Amino acid sequence: MRNMIRTAGIGLMALALATPLLAHNYAIGKLAIGHPWTRETAASQKVGAGFLAITNSGKKADRLISATAAGMKEVQLHTVSMDNGVMRMRQLKDGIPVAAGETVTFKPGGYHLMFMGLTQPFKKGAKIPVTLRFQQAGNVKVQFAVQPVGSTTPIEVDHGKH
Amino acid sequence: MANTDQGGLARFRKALWIGVVLVGAAGLGVWGYSQIQSGPPASDYASAFGGAFALTDPEGKPVSDKTLAGKPYAIFFGFTRCPDVCPTSLARMASLRKQLGADGMKFNIVFVSVDPERDTKPELAQYLTLFDTPIIGASGTATETAQAVKAFHVFYERVPNGENDYTIDHTASVFLMDAMGRFVSTIAHDESQETALAKLKRLVSQS
Repeated sequence: MRNMIRTAGIGLMALALATPLLAHNYAIGKLAIGHPWTRETAASQKVGAGFLAITNSGKKADRLISATAAGMKEVQLHTVSMDNGVMRMRQLKDGIPVAAGETVTFKPGGYHLMFMGLTQPFKKGAKIPVTLRFQQAGNVKVQFAVQPVGSTTPIEVDHGKH
Repeated sequence: MANTDQGGLARFRKALWIGVVLVGAAGLGVWGYSQIQSGPPASDYASAFGGAFALTDPEGKPVSDKTLAGKPYAIFFGFTRCPDVCPTSLARMASLRKQLGADGMKFNIVFVSVDPERDTKPELAQYLTLFDTPIIGASGTATETAQAVKAFHVFYERVPNGENDYTIDHTASVFLMDAMGRFVSTIAHDESQETALAKLKRLVSQS
Protein backbone atom coordinates (compact mmCIF):
# COMPACT_ATOMS: atom_id res chain seq x y z
CA MET A 1 0.00 0.00 0.00
CA ARG A 2 2.75 2.41 0.96
CA ASN A 3 4.50 1.53 -2.25
CA MET A 4 1.39 2.24 -4.21
CA ILE A 5 1.04 5.64 -2.59
CA ARG A 6 4.67 6.36 -3.31
CA THR A 7 4.31 5.29 -6.93
CA ALA A 8 1.21 7.39 -7.28
CA GLY A 9 3.06 10.31 -5.69
CA ILE A 10 5.93 9.99 -8.14
CA GLY A 11 3.42 9.71 -10.94
CA LEU A 12 1.71 12.88 -9.84
CA MET A 13 5.01 14.69 -9.55
CA ALA A 14 6.00 13.55 -13.01
CA LEU A 15 2.64 14.72 -14.30
CA ALA A 16 3.04 18.08 -12.58
CA LEU A 17 6.49 18.48 -14.11
CA ALA A 18 5.35 17.40 -17.54
CA THR A 19 2.30 19.63 -17.63
CA PRO A 20 4.02 22.93 -18.41
CA LEU A 21 5.50 21.36 -21.56
CA LEU A 22 2.09 20.48 -22.94
CA ALA A 23 -0.06 23.04 -24.63
CA HIS A 24 -3.26 22.48 -22.73
CA ASN A 25 -4.85 19.67 -20.80
CA TYR A 26 -8.08 19.20 -18.95
CA ALA A 27 -9.31 16.77 -16.33
CA ILE A 28 -12.65 15.66 -15.03
CA GLY A 29 -13.01 12.82 -12.57
CA LYS A 30 -10.78 10.03 -13.78
CA LEU A 31 -10.51 11.43 -17.28
CA ALA A 32 -7.65 13.47 -18.65
CA ILE A 33 -8.11 15.30 -21.93
CA GLY A 34 -5.01 16.15 -23.89
CA HIS A 35 -4.53 18.96 -26.37
CA PRO A 36 -7.80 19.44 -28.21
CA TRP A 37 -7.01 20.87 -31.66
CA THR A 38 -8.73 21.69 -34.89
CA ARG A 39 -7.78 23.18 -38.24
CA GLU A 40 -8.34 26.64 -39.63
CA THR A 41 -11.29 26.86 -42.01
CA ALA A 42 -12.06 28.98 -45.05
CA ALA A 43 -14.54 31.82 -44.68
CA SER A 44 -17.13 29.89 -46.63
CA GLN A 45 -16.56 26.55 -44.96
CA LYS A 46 -19.37 25.10 -42.91
CA VAL A 47 -17.52 22.30 -41.16
CA GLY A 48 -14.44 21.53 -39.14
CA ALA A 49 -13.01 18.50 -37.38
CA GLY A 50 -11.77 18.45 -33.80
CA PHE A 51 -9.20 16.07 -32.38
CA LEU A 52 -8.02 15.26 -28.86
CA ALA A 53 -6.90 12.44 -26.59
CA ILE A 54 -8.93 11.07 -23.69
CA THR A 55 -7.24 8.99 -21.00
CA ASN A 56 -9.37 7.09 -18.53
CA SER A 57 -7.31 6.32 -15.43
CA GLY A 58 -10.35 5.04 -13.55
CA LYS A 59 -11.61 1.52 -13.05
CA LYS A 60 -14.89 2.11 -14.88
CA ALA A 61 -15.45 2.51 -18.56
CA ASP A 62 -16.75 5.87 -19.67
CA ARG A 63 -18.14 7.20 -22.90
CA LEU A 64 -18.09 10.52 -24.71
CA ILE A 65 -21.76 10.87 -25.58
CA SER A 66 -22.04 14.35 -27.06
CA ALA A 67 -20.56 17.79 -27.32
CA THR A 68 -21.89 21.30 -27.73
CA ALA A 69 -20.36 24.59 -28.74
CA ALA A 70 -21.42 28.16 -29.42
CA GLY A 71 -20.88 29.57 -32.89
CA MET A 72 -22.07 26.48 -34.70
CA LYS A 73 -25.24 24.57 -35.31
CA GLU A 74 -24.18 21.22 -34.01
CA VAL A 75 -21.30 19.01 -32.91
CA GLN A 76 -21.37 15.36 -33.95
CA LEU A 77 -19.09 12.47 -33.13
CA HIS A 78 -17.67 10.85 -36.22
CA THR A 79 -15.33 8.19 -37.38
CA VAL A 80 -13.52 7.99 -40.69
CA SER A 81 -12.37 4.78 -42.26
CA MET A 82 -10.58 3.89 -45.45
CA ASP A 83 -12.07 1.03 -47.36
CA ASN A 84 -10.13 0.04 -50.48
CA GLY A 85 -9.05 3.61 -51.11
CA VAL A 86 -12.54 4.96 -50.41
CA MET A 87 -13.03 7.36 -47.52
CA ARG A 88 -16.15 6.69 -45.47
CA MET A 89 -17.27 9.01 -42.69
CA ARG A 90 -19.96 7.97 -40.25
CA GLN A 91 -21.71 9.54 -37.30
CA LEU A 92 -21.40 7.60 -34.04
CA LYS A 93 -24.76 8.20 -32.41
CA ASP A 94 -23.95 5.99 -29.42
CA GLY A 95 -20.84 8.00 -28.65
CA ILE A 96 -17.26 6.87 -28.30
CA PRO A 97 -16.25 4.48 -25.50
CA VAL A 98 -13.20 5.11 -23.35
CA ALA A 99 -12.38 1.86 -21.56
CA ALA A 100 -10.87 1.85 -18.09
CA GLY A 101 -7.13 2.37 -18.17
CA GLU A 102 -7.11 3.29 -21.86
CA THR A 103 -6.35 6.31 -23.98
CA VAL A 104 -8.49 7.03 -27.01
CA THR A 105 -6.86 9.39 -29.47
CA PHE A 106 -9.00 11.26 -31.95
CA LYS A 107 -6.89 11.91 -35.02
CA PRO A 108 -7.09 12.41 -38.78
CA GLY A 109 -8.33 9.24 -40.44
CA GLY A 110 -10.06 8.06 -37.25
CA TYR A 111 -12.36 9.62 -34.65
CA HIS A 112 -13.18 13.32 -34.74
CA LEU A 113 -15.68 15.78 -33.41
CA MET A 114 -17.45 17.23 -36.41
CA PHE A 115 -18.20 20.90 -35.99
CA MET A 116 -21.16 21.64 -38.24
CA GLY A 117 -22.88 24.77 -39.44
CA LEU A 118 -20.07 27.13 -38.43
CA THR A 119 -21.31 30.70 -38.17
CA GLN A 120 -17.76 32.03 -38.42
CA PRO A 121 -14.52 30.50 -39.62
CA PHE A 122 -11.86 29.08 -37.33
CA LYS A 123 -8.88 31.45 -37.46
CA LYS A 124 -5.37 30.15 -36.94
CA GLY A 125 -4.29 30.65 -33.32
CA ALA A 126 -7.84 31.02 -31.98
CA LYS A 127 -9.35 28.82 -29.27
CA ILE A 128 -12.76 27.24 -29.77
CA PRO A 129 -14.63 26.54 -26.52
CA VAL A 130 -16.47 23.21 -26.55
CA THR A 131 -18.32 21.34 -23.80
CA LEU A 132 -17.77 17.59 -23.83
CA ARG A 133 -20.36 15.39 -22.16
CA PHE A 134 -19.30 12.06 -20.69
CA GLN A 135 -21.67 9.40 -19.47
CA GLN A 136 -19.89 8.92 -16.13
CA ALA A 137 -17.65 11.91 -15.61
CA GLY A 138 -20.19 14.50 -16.73
CA ASN A 139 -19.47 17.76 -18.53
CA VAL A 140 -16.11 19.33 -19.10
CA LYS A 141 -15.31 22.57 -20.90
CA VAL A 142 -12.27 22.45 -23.13
CA GLN A 143 -10.75 24.69 -25.78
CA PHE A 144 -9.72 23.50 -29.19
CA ALA A 145 -6.59 25.21 -30.49
CA VAL A 146 -6.93 26.22 -34.15
CA GLN A 147 -3.89 24.96 -36.05
CA PRO A 148 -2.79 25.43 -39.68
CA VAL A 149 -4.85 23.49 -42.22
CA GLY A 150 -1.94 21.15 -42.98
CA SER A 151 -1.69 19.88 -39.40
CA THR A 152 -1.99 16.16 -38.87
CA THR A 153 -0.94 16.11 -35.22
CA PRO A 154 -1.33 18.50 -32.28
CA ILE A 155 1.27 21.23 -32.12
CA GLU A 156 2.58 21.43 -28.58
CA VAL A 157 3.28 25.02 -27.72
CA ASP A 158 5.92 25.77 -25.13
CA HIS A 159 4.26 28.57 -23.21
CA GLY A 160 7.59 29.38 -21.54
CA LYS A 161 8.69 31.04 -24.78
CA HIS A 162 5.86 33.55 -24.85
CA MET B 1 -37.70 -36.76 -89.96
CA ALA B 2 -34.54 -36.02 -91.91
CA ASN B 3 -35.25 -32.33 -91.50
CA THR B 4 -35.42 -32.69 -87.77
CA ASP B 5 -32.09 -34.54 -87.75
CA GLN B 6 -30.46 -31.85 -89.83
CA GLY B 7 -31.95 -29.25 -87.54
CA GLY B 8 -30.50 -31.13 -84.58
CA LEU B 9 -27.10 -31.28 -86.24
CA ALA B 10 -27.18 -27.58 -87.04
CA ARG B 11 -28.06 -26.84 -83.44
CA PHE B 12 -25.22 -29.10 -82.29
CA ARG B 13 -22.77 -27.33 -84.58
CA LYS B 14 -23.98 -23.97 -83.38
CA ALA B 15 -23.60 -25.05 -79.76
CA LEU B 16 -20.10 -26.31 -80.54
CA TRP B 17 -19.13 -22.98 -82.05
CA ILE B 18 -20.55 -21.07 -79.10
CA GLY B 19 -18.52 -23.38 -76.88
CA VAL B 20 -15.36 -22.64 -78.85
CA VAL B 21 -16.00 -18.92 -78.64
CA LEU B 22 -16.70 -19.11 -74.90
CA VAL B 23 -13.57 -21.13 -74.18
CA GLY B 24 -11.58 -18.72 -76.30
CA ALA B 25 -13.04 -15.71 -74.52
CA ALA B 26 -12.37 -17.29 -71.13
CA GLY B 27 -8.80 -18.00 -72.16
CA LEU B 28 -8.37 -14.42 -73.30
CA GLY B 29 -9.85 -13.27 -70.00
CA VAL B 30 -7.40 -15.36 -68.00
CA TRP B 31 -4.54 -14.12 -70.13
CA GLY B 32 -5.71 -10.53 -69.74
CA TYR B 33 -6.04 -10.96 -65.99
CA SER B 34 -2.56 -12.45 -65.71
CA GLN B 35 -1.27 -9.44 -67.65
CA ILE B 36 -2.90 -7.10 -65.17
CA GLN B 37 -1.53 -9.10 -62.26
CA SER B 38 2.01 -9.04 -63.60
CA GLY B 39 1.85 -5.26 -63.86
CA PRO B 40 0.99 -3.69 -67.16
CA PRO B 41 3.04 -0.94 -68.74
CA ALA B 42 1.91 2.61 -68.05
CA SER B 43 0.19 2.83 -71.40
CA ASP B 44 -2.30 0.12 -70.42
CA TYR B 45 -3.29 2.06 -67.35
CA ALA B 46 -3.63 5.22 -69.37
CA SER B 47 -6.76 3.93 -70.98
CA ALA B 48 -8.13 2.93 -67.58
CA PHE B 49 -7.87 6.32 -65.83
CA GLY B 50 -8.40 9.68 -67.41
CA GLY B 51 -10.08 10.60 -70.65
CA ALA B 52 -12.55 13.25 -71.63
CA PHE B 53 -14.17 15.40 -68.97
CA ALA B 54 -15.39 19.00 -69.00
CA LEU B 55 -15.88 21.08 -65.86
CA THR B 56 -15.45 24.75 -64.96
CA ASP B 57 -13.36 26.61 -62.42
CA PRO B 58 -14.87 29.04 -59.88
CA GLU B 59 -14.59 31.87 -62.40
CA GLY B 60 -16.48 29.87 -64.99
CA LYS B 61 -13.46 29.08 -67.16
CA PRO B 62 -13.33 25.56 -68.58
CA VAL B 63 -11.27 22.88 -66.85
CA SER B 64 -11.03 19.77 -68.98
CA ASP B 65 -8.62 17.12 -70.16
CA LYS B 66 -7.88 19.54 -73.02
CA THR B 67 -7.25 22.69 -70.95
CA LEU B 68 -5.00 20.70 -68.59
CA ALA B 69 -2.92 19.19 -71.39
CA GLY B 70 0.64 20.45 -71.68
CA LYS B 71 1.49 20.19 -68.00
CA PRO B 72 1.31 17.18 -65.68
CA TYR B 73 -1.35 17.36 -63.01
CA ALA B 74 -2.42 15.81 -59.74
CA ILE B 75 -6.18 15.45 -59.52
CA PHE B 76 -8.22 14.76 -56.40
CA PHE B 77 -11.96 14.37 -55.88
CA GLY B 78 -13.66 15.61 -52.72
CA PHE B 79 -16.02 18.18 -51.24
CA THR B 80 -15.67 21.20 -48.98
CA ARG B 81 -17.83 19.71 -46.21
CA CYS B 82 -15.36 16.85 -45.87
CA PRO B 83 -13.62 17.87 -42.65
CA ASP B 84 -10.74 15.45 -42.48
CA VAL B 85 -9.52 13.54 -45.52
CA CYS B 86 -9.93 16.37 -48.08
CA PRO B 87 -8.01 19.09 -46.22
CA THR B 88 -5.39 16.50 -45.25
CA SER B 89 -4.89 15.48 -48.89
CA LEU B 90 -4.84 19.00 -50.31
CA ALA B 91 -2.53 20.30 -47.58
CA ARG B 92 -0.24 17.38 -48.28
CA MET B 93 -0.14 18.16 -52.00
CA ALA B 94 0.71 21.75 -51.09
CA SER B 95 3.54 20.66 -48.79
CA LEU B 96 4.89 18.20 -51.38
CA ARG B 97 4.91 20.98 -53.95
CA LYS B 98 6.90 23.13 -51.53
CA GLN B 99 9.36 20.26 -51.01
CA LEU B 100 9.90 20.04 -54.76
CA GLY B 101 11.23 23.59 -54.75
CA ALA B 102 11.56 25.05 -58.25
CA ASP B 103 9.95 21.92 -59.73
CA GLY B 104 6.89 22.44 -57.56
CA MET B 105 5.12 24.56 -60.14
CA LYS B 106 5.79 22.10 -62.96
CA PHE B 107 2.52 20.38 -62.23
CA ASN B 108 -1.01 21.56 -61.55
CA ILE B 109 -3.11 20.52 -58.59
CA VAL B 110 -6.77 20.01 -59.47
CA PHE B 111 -9.59 19.60 -56.96
CA VAL B 112 -12.88 18.29 -58.35
CA SER B 113 -15.98 18.75 -56.24
CA VAL B 114 -18.17 15.67 -56.01
CA ASP B 115 -20.77 17.80 -54.22
CA PRO B 116 -21.66 20.43 -56.85
CA GLU B 117 -25.07 20.90 -55.26
CA ARG B 118 -23.62 22.38 -52.07
CA ASP B 119 -20.15 23.49 -53.17
CA THR B 120 -20.99 26.76 -54.85
CA LYS B 121 -18.27 28.30 -56.99
CA PRO B 122 -17.48 31.11 -54.50
CA GLU B 123 -17.32 28.55 -51.68
CA LEU B 124 -14.99 26.36 -53.69
CA ALA B 125 -12.74 29.33 -54.51
CA GLN B 126 -12.55 30.42 -50.87
CA TYR B 127 -11.92 26.89 -49.68
CA LEU B 128 -8.95 26.48 -51.99
CA THR B 129 -7.30 29.69 -50.76
CA LEU B 130 -6.71 27.88 -47.45
CA PHE B 131 -3.88 25.84 -48.86
CA ASP B 132 -1.53 28.70 -49.76
CA THR B 133 -0.71 27.36 -53.20
CA PRO B 134 -2.52 27.59 -56.54
CA ILE B 135 -5.09 24.81 -56.79
CA ILE B 136 -7.46 24.60 -59.75
CA GLY B 137 -11.00 24.14 -58.46
CA ALA B 138 -13.30 22.27 -60.80
CA SER B 139 -17.01 21.62 -60.60
CA GLY B 140 -19.89 21.12 -62.96
CA THR B 141 -23.46 19.98 -63.28
CA ALA B 142 -24.44 16.57 -61.95
CA THR B 143 -23.93 15.10 -65.43
CA GLU B 144 -20.55 16.77 -65.94
CA THR B 145 -19.43 15.65 -62.51
CA ALA B 146 -20.58 12.10 -63.20
CA GLN B 147 -18.59 12.11 -66.45
CA ALA B 148 -15.38 13.29 -64.73
CA VAL B 149 -15.86 10.73 -61.98
CA LYS B 150 -16.39 8.02 -64.56
CA ALA B 151 -13.27 9.00 -66.48
CA PHE B 152 -11.15 8.44 -63.38
CA HIS B 153 -13.11 5.43 -62.09
CA VAL B 154 -13.67 7.32 -58.89
CA PHE B 155 -16.19 5.96 -56.44
CA TYR B 156 -18.55 8.40 -54.79
CA GLU B 157 -21.81 7.88 -53.02
CA ARG B 158 -24.08 10.11 -50.98
CA VAL B 159 -24.78 8.75 -47.54
CA PRO B 160 -27.52 10.28 -45.36
CA ASN B 161 -26.28 11.84 -42.13
CA GLY B 162 -29.31 12.52 -40.00
CA GLU B 163 -32.51 13.83 -41.56
CA ASN B 164 -31.47 16.81 -43.63
CA ASP B 165 -27.81 16.20 -44.19
CA TYR B 166 -25.58 13.89 -46.12
CA THR B 167 -21.93 13.03 -46.37
CA ILE B 168 -20.15 11.56 -49.37
CA ASP B 169 -18.06 8.42 -49.42
CA HIS B 170 -15.41 8.91 -52.06
CA THR B 171 -12.11 7.68 -53.43
CA ALA B 172 -9.34 9.37 -51.48
CA SER B 173 -6.45 8.73 -53.87
CA VAL B 174 -4.73 11.45 -55.86
CA PHE B 175 -4.31 10.61 -59.56
CA LEU B 176 -1.12 11.72 -61.28
CA MET B 177 -1.46 12.47 -64.98
CA ASP B 178 1.31 13.39 -67.40
CA ALA B 179 1.37 16.36 -69.77
CA MET B 180 -0.46 14.28 -72.39
CA GLY B 181 -3.25 13.49 -69.95
CA ARG B 182 -2.08 9.91 -69.54
CA PHE B 183 -2.33 8.21 -66.19
CA VAL B 184 1.04 7.78 -64.43
CA SER B 185 0.21 6.62 -60.89
CA THR B 186 -1.83 7.32 -57.80
CA ILE B 187 -0.85 8.64 -54.42
CA ALA B 188 -2.86 6.74 -51.85
CA HIS B 189 -4.15 8.56 -48.80
CA ASP B 190 -2.00 6.52 -46.42
CA GLU B 191 1.13 6.52 -48.57
CA SER B 192 4.31 7.87 -46.97
CA GLN B 193 5.51 11.37 -47.72
CA GLU B 194 8.75 9.93 -49.19
CA THR B 195 6.96 7.69 -51.68
CA ALA B 196 4.57 10.48 -52.63
CA LEU B 197 7.47 12.87 -53.18
CA ALA B 198 9.33 10.32 -55.33
CA LYS B 199 6.23 9.87 -57.49
CA LEU B 200 5.86 13.61 -57.99
CA LYS B 201 9.55 13.96 -58.84
CA ARG B 202 9.11 11.29 -61.50
CA LEU B 203 5.99 13.03 -62.79
CA VAL B 204 7.66 16.41 -63.27
CA SER B 205 10.87 14.90 -64.66
CA GLN B 206 8.88 13.27 -67.46
CA SER B 207 7.63 16.59 -68.71
